[in-house]
Amino acid sequence: MLHTYVPFMVMILIGIIFGASNILLAEFLGPKKSTRAKLSTYESGMEPVKSARERFSVKFYLVAMMFILFDIEIIFMYPWAVQFKELGMYGFTAMILFMILLFSGYIYVIKKGALRWD
Amino acid sequence: MQIDYIGSLPLIVIWLALGAIGIVIQAFVRDNTRLVFGYYVATLGLTGLAAIVLSGHKGASFGGMITLGGYANYFDALFCGAGIMALLAARPYLQKEESEVDEFYTMLVSSVAGMMLMAHASNLVVLFVGIELMSISFYVMAGFFRTSTKSVEAALKYFLLGCFATGFLVYGMSLIYGGTGSLAYGDIARTVVTQQLTYPTLFVVGTTLLVIGLSFKIAAFPFHQWAPDVYEGAPTAVTAFMSTAGKAAAFSAFVAVFVALLPAGWTSEIAQNQQIVIAVIAAATMLLGNITAVVQSNVKRMLAYSSVAHAGYMLMGILAGPSLGTDGMNGHHAIVFYATSYLFMQMGAFVVVGILERRDGGFLNIDDYAGLHHRHPVLAALMAVFMFSLAGIPPFAGFFGKYMLFAAAIERGFTWLAIVGVVSSVISAWFYLGLIVKMYFQDAKDSGHEAPAGLAGFTLAVSVVGVVFFGLFPQLLINIFRSW
Amino acid sequence: MNYAALIPLFPLVGFAIIGLFGRRLGSEKVIGSIASLAVLASFVTAVAVFMGLTSMPADARSFTVPVYTWIATGSFSVDIAYQFDQLSILFTLIITGIGFLIHVYSTGYMHGDRSFPRFFAYLNLFVFMMLNLVLASNFLLTFLGWEGVGLASYLLIGFWYDRKFEGSGIVWTGDAAKKAFIVNRIGDFGVLLAMFMLFNAFGTLEYATINAQAGVVLGGQETLVTMITLLLFLGCTGKSAQIPLGVWLPDAMAGPTPVSALIHAATMVTSGIFLIARTNVLFAMSPTTMAVVTGIGITTALIAGTVGLVQNDIKKVLAYSTVSQLGFMFTALGVGAFTAGVFHVMTHAFFKALLFLGSGSVIHGMHEEQDIQKMGGLKKYMPITYKTFLVGTLAISGIPLFSGFFSKDEILWFAWLNGSPILWAVGALAAFCTAFYMWRLTALTFLGKERFDHHHVHPHESPKSMTIPLIILAVLSAVGGLLGIPHVLGHPLHLPNLLEEWLAPIFANGVALLPKHTGDHTALEFTLMAVSVGIGAFGIWLAHSLYKDGTEKARALGARFSAVYKLLWRKYGVDEVYDVLIVSPIVVFSRSFLWKMVDVVLIDGIVNGSARFVASTGNVIRRIQTGVAQHYALIMMVGIIALIAIVTVPMLK
Repeated sequence: MLHTYVPFMVMILIGIIFGASNILLAEFLGPKKSTRAKLSTYESGMEPVKSARERFSVKFYLVAMMFILFDIEIIFMYPWAVQFKELGMYGFTAMILFMILLFSGYIYVIKKGALRWD
Repeated sequence: MQIDYIGSLPLIVIWLALGAIGIVIQAFVRDNTRLVFGYYVATLGLTGLAAIVLSGHKGASFGGMITLGGYANYFDALFCGAGIMALLAARPYLQKEESEVDEFYTMLVSSVAGMMLMAHASNLVVLFVGIELMSISFYVMAGFFRTSTKSVEAALKYFLLGCFATGFLVYGMSLIYGGTGSLAYGDIARTVVTQQLTYPTLFVVGTTLLVIGLSFKIAAFPFHQWAPDVYEGAPTAVTAFMSTAGKAAAFSAFVAVFVALLPAGWTSEIAQNQQIVIAVIAAATMLLGNITAVVQSNVKRMLAYSSVAHAGYMLMGILAGPSLGTDGMNGHHAIVFYATSYLFMQMGAFVVVGILERRDGGFLNIDDYAGLHHRHPVLAALMAVFMFSLAGIPPFAGFFGKYMLFAAAIERGFTWLAIVGVVSSVISAWFYLGLIVKMYFQDAKDSGHEAPAGLAGFTLAVSVVGVVFFGLFPQLLINIFRSW
Repeated sequence: MNYAALIPLFPLVGFAIIGLFGRRLGSEKVIGSIASLAVLASFVTAVAVFMGLTSMPADARSFTVPVYTWIATGSFSVDIAYQFDQLSILFTLIITGIGFLIHVYSTGYMHGDRSFPRFFAYLNLFVFMMLNLVLASNFLLTFLGWEGVGLASYLLIGFWYDRKFEGSGIVWTGDAAKKAFIVNRIGDFGVLLAMFMLFNAFGTLEYATINAQAGVVLGGQETLVTMITLLLFLGCTGKSAQIPLGVWLPDAMAGPTPVSALIHAATMVTSGIFLIARTNVLFAMSPTTMAVVTGIGITTALIAGTVGLVQNDIKKVLAYSTVSQLGFMFTALGVGAFTAGVFHVMTHAFFKALLFLGSGSVIHGMHEEQDIQKMGGLKKYMPITYKTFLVGTLAISGIPLFSGFFSKDEILWFAWLNGSPILWAVGALAAFCTAFYMWRLTALTFLGKERFDHHHVHPHESPKSMTIPLIILAVLSAVGGLLGIPHVLGHPLHLPNLLEEWLAPIFANGVALLPKHTGDHTALEFTLMAVSVGIGAFGIWLAHSLYKDGTEKARALGARFSAVYKLLWRKYGVDEVYDVLIVSPIVVFSRSFLWKMVDVVLIDGIVNGSARFVASTGNVIRRIQTGVAQHYALIMMVGIIALIAIVTVPMLK
C-alpha cells in the first residue's frame, strides 16, 4: 500500500533539496559587499520616513474578515453549480436557504455599520 | 435526500429564529436589549417545547446526517432549558456590570444551536459543525467583558487551546474516515462490527484523537488546564452556562460517538486499550480536580476545578458503556442523569456567585462568604443546597447521579475506579462543606452589600427545585431513559 | 383507603406553614390553631382508617399505601410506603390523639413565649416524624422517622437554649439536648447495623417480607438472629431510655413541659417498644435476646423506680417514673406478652401525659417553681389540676378499675407465668415504688401545709386550654384500661379483651414461636392480683403517712437510713459510675491518648496529614497551572502522545 506514496516522498524530497540548495548556494557563491545603499530598506526605492510598526484601524480587519466570509460563499456555490442538475430541487432549496441566511447576515453587517469607514 | 421536516422542527425553529429572523431584528432595532432578550427566551422556549412534543418521533433526517427523537430530543429540551435559565441569570448580571449588549443573547442561543446539533449528529461532520458552533460562541462569550483583561485573557486562551484541540479532533475524524471509509455513525459501526476495517491502526489512533478532542471539551485531565483560567476569567453568567450545558453537550456527543465507534461495547479487542485510556483519564480527572479545588481561595476557581472533577465522574459512565446492568440502566443513562442534575446544581452555584459578585469584581473569595447566612439567608441556603448536592449528599439529585455512576462502574468490574471516585468525593466534601461552614459558622468580616437577584431568582428557583425534585423522584428521569 | 397517606401529611404541611411563615402569621391564636388542626386532621383521618380496618375481616386488617418509589435500581429499592395495620393504627391514634390534646394544652402553656411559632413548628415536625416511624412499611423509612424524632427531640429539649438547667454534668439546656442526641446516636448505630444485616440476609427492608420469611431465611441461624435483635434492642435502649443508655431522659426534662409529656412520656420513648412489637417474630426467634430484654427491662423498672423515691423536682420524679414504666413494658415484651406491653404503652401514654401536663399546670401556676419541697396545699388553688392529677396517680399506682391496674397487672402476671416468681417479685417491688413516689409527689404538691412564699408566689388555676386536655386525659386514664380487661376478670363477666383480639394477628407468628403455658391458673392469678393491689395500696398509705404533713418525717427517716437515702439520692451513683467507668476514662483516655497521641500524632498524621498531603499535592498541581497558554498546549501535547502510545504500542506486537 505504502508504495503509492513513493512519488509523494520523492516530490517532497526534491522540494526540500531544491529550496535548501538555492539558499545555500546563494550564501556560499554570492559576493558580499555591503554599501549604505544596499543596506537601506528599499535599495532603489524611496527613503523610509517613519517606523513601520504602526497600528492599523480595526476597520481593516473587519473588512478583511467580511471579505473572507462572503468570499467563501462563492466557494460553496462553485461545486453546487457544477453539479446543479444532479442536485436538483433539493440542492436549489438548500442553496436558497444558505443565501437567505448569508443575506440576513449581510443586512446585519450593513445596519451595524461594520462597513462604514468613518 | 430525505428530510423529515416535522421531526427536525426543533432544529429548524432555532436555525431560522436565530440565523434568519433574529439577526435581521437585531439589525433594525437599536439598543433594544429587552426585545432581543425576550425574543430569544421565546425562541428557546418554543424550540424546547417542540423538542419535548416530538421526543417520540424517532428517525433520521437530512440524508441520515441527523438522528431524531428520544435521546437527542431530551438533550434539546435540556439545552433549551439551560439556555433560558442562563439568559434569565445573565440579564441582571450584565446590567449590574453595565455591559449589556444584545449580541450576548445571540451568542448564547447560537451556542445552544451548536449543542443541539451535537446531540442530534449521526455523522462526524455534523458533530464537528456543532462543536465549532458551540465553541466559537463560547470563545466570544468568554471575552465579552472586553475591557477586562481577565476576560480577554480567558477568551484568548480558550480560543488558542480550543483550536489546538479542534485540530486533533478533526485529525481524528479524518483518520477514522481513513480506517472505515465513512463519517456516518451507522456505517462506522457496521464496518467495525463486520471487522472490515481497512486500517485498524488508523481507526484506533483516530478514535483516540477523537476522544482527546472531546476530552478537551469536557475538561478532562490532561486537557483540563484551560478550564480554571477560562471559568474564572469569563463573566460569571457565561461560566454558569458553559461549565454546565457545554459539558452536558460534550457528553451527549461523547455517548453517541461511543455507541458508533464501539458498537460492541468494551468487549471487542480493539476497545480494551481504549478502555484503559478512559479509565486513566477518569481517575486522574476526579482526583486532580478535587485535590486542586481544595487549595483554591477563589470561589469561581474552586467551582471550576470541581467541574473538572465532575467530568471525571461522568467518564465512569462511558466506561460502564451501553450494556444494561441488572437494574436495567446502563452507564450512558447514568451520564445523562448526572449531566442533568449537574446542570442544575452547578448552574445554581455559579448564579449565586454571580449575584453576590460586586461590580468591581470583588466578593469572589471564599473568605468573603463568611457569615453569609446572616446577610443573605436565602442565597446562603440555596448555595448550601447546591453544595450538598455537588458533594453527593442525599436526598439531593447529585447523590443519585453519583450513586448510579459508581454502581454502573462497579457492575462492570471497575471497582478500583469507583473507589477512586469515592475517595475523591470525600476530598470534595471538604471544600463543598467548607463553604457551608464558612457561610453558617463564621462571622462576617464586613457589613455586606445589596445583592438583588432579579430575574436570576427564577433560575435559582428552577435549579433548586430541580436539585431537590430529581433527588426525591429520580425514577421519573430513569423512566424517560428507559423509553429510548 | 389511599387517603390514609394523608395522616403524616397534615403535620408536615403544618410544619411547613409555621416554619416558613410563622412570624408573619402574627397572632398566637392563628399559629396554635394551625398546628393543632393539623394534628386533629391526622387524628380524624386515623379514626376513619381505624373504622375502615375494623370493618375488614380480622386476618386481613392490613394494607399498604405506596406514596412513591424513591429509588428502584434492580436489587435495591426504597419505597416511601405506609403500612396500616392493627399495630400502626393503634400507635397512630395514640400519637395524634394525645398529640392533639398536648398541642391545645401548649397554646396555653407557651402563651407569651417569644419563640411561640418555632415551638409549634418543631412540635408538628415531631408528630410528622413520629408518624413516619410507626407507619413506615420498611426499616429505612422507620429509621428516617427514628432519626427525625431524635432531631425534633433535640430541638425541643434545647428549646429554651438560653436557660440554665441543672443536671448531672450539665449547665445549659443545650447540654441536655446534646446529651440526649449523642446517647441516642449510640443506639441508632445499633439499628443501622441491624438494618445492614437484615438487608444482607433478606435483600429487602420491608417489614412484611421480613416478618413473613424470617423463619425460612434465618431459621437455624440463631447467632445471627441474636446479633440482629440485640443490635435493634440497643437502639431501643437509647430511644426508650433503658439501661445502659437511659441517662439522657431525666436531663431531657430541660425542655418545656408539654414536650416532656408528648415526646418523653407518651410517644417517642415508646418507639423502642414499637420496634420490637413490629419485629416480634425476629425477637421471638432468639431466646437469648428475649432474656436480655426481660433482664434490662425489669432492672430498669426497679432502679428507676427506687431513684424516683427521693427526687424533689416534680418533673424529674415523673421522668424516673417514665423510665421505670418503660422498663415494665420491656419486661412484658421480653416474656413474650407483646399485647400486654403495647397495652401498657397505651395506658401509660394516657396517664403519664396527664401527669406531665398536670405538673406543667402546677409549674405554670407556681411561676416556674419545680421543687416539690416548696409546694404543698395546692389542692385549694388548683382544684381541676389536683383532681386530674389524682386520677393519674391512682392509675399509675395500679388501683383497680383505673387503666394502669389492668395493664400493669397483666405484665406482672405474665412475668410470673412466662418468667419466674422472682421476676414477679422484683416487678411488684418496682410497682410498690411507683405507688410510693407518686403518692409522695401528690401529697407534697397538693396536700398538707403551704410551704411556698406567699409574698412572691400566687398559685392559680391554669386557663381552660390547659385544663380541658387534663380532664379528657383523666377520663381516658380512668377508663382506658377497659380496652384490655384480663381474661381472668373478663371471662366470668363476659367482657372481651378487645385489645388482645385486635392485636392478635400481629403477634400470632411471634407468639407461636414461644413456649406456651397452658392450664388453669385462675386462683393464682387472682391471688397475685390481690397482692399487687395490696402492695400498691400499701405504698400509697406509707407515702401518705410519711408526707402528708411535709417532709419532716421523711427527713428523719432519711437520716436514719442515710446510707440508703444517699445511694438513692445519687441515683445509685449511676452518673458517678458513668463518670468513673465511662466518662472519666474516656476523658482521660481521650486527653492523654486520643488527643495527645492519636489526635495530635496520628490524626494530624493521617487526617490532617492526608489533608496536608492533599493540600500540598494541590499546591504542587497548582504550580503546573502556570497560566501560560503555551505550557498548557505543551502538557496537552505530552498527554496526547502518551495516550496514543498507550493505545498503539500493544497493537504493534
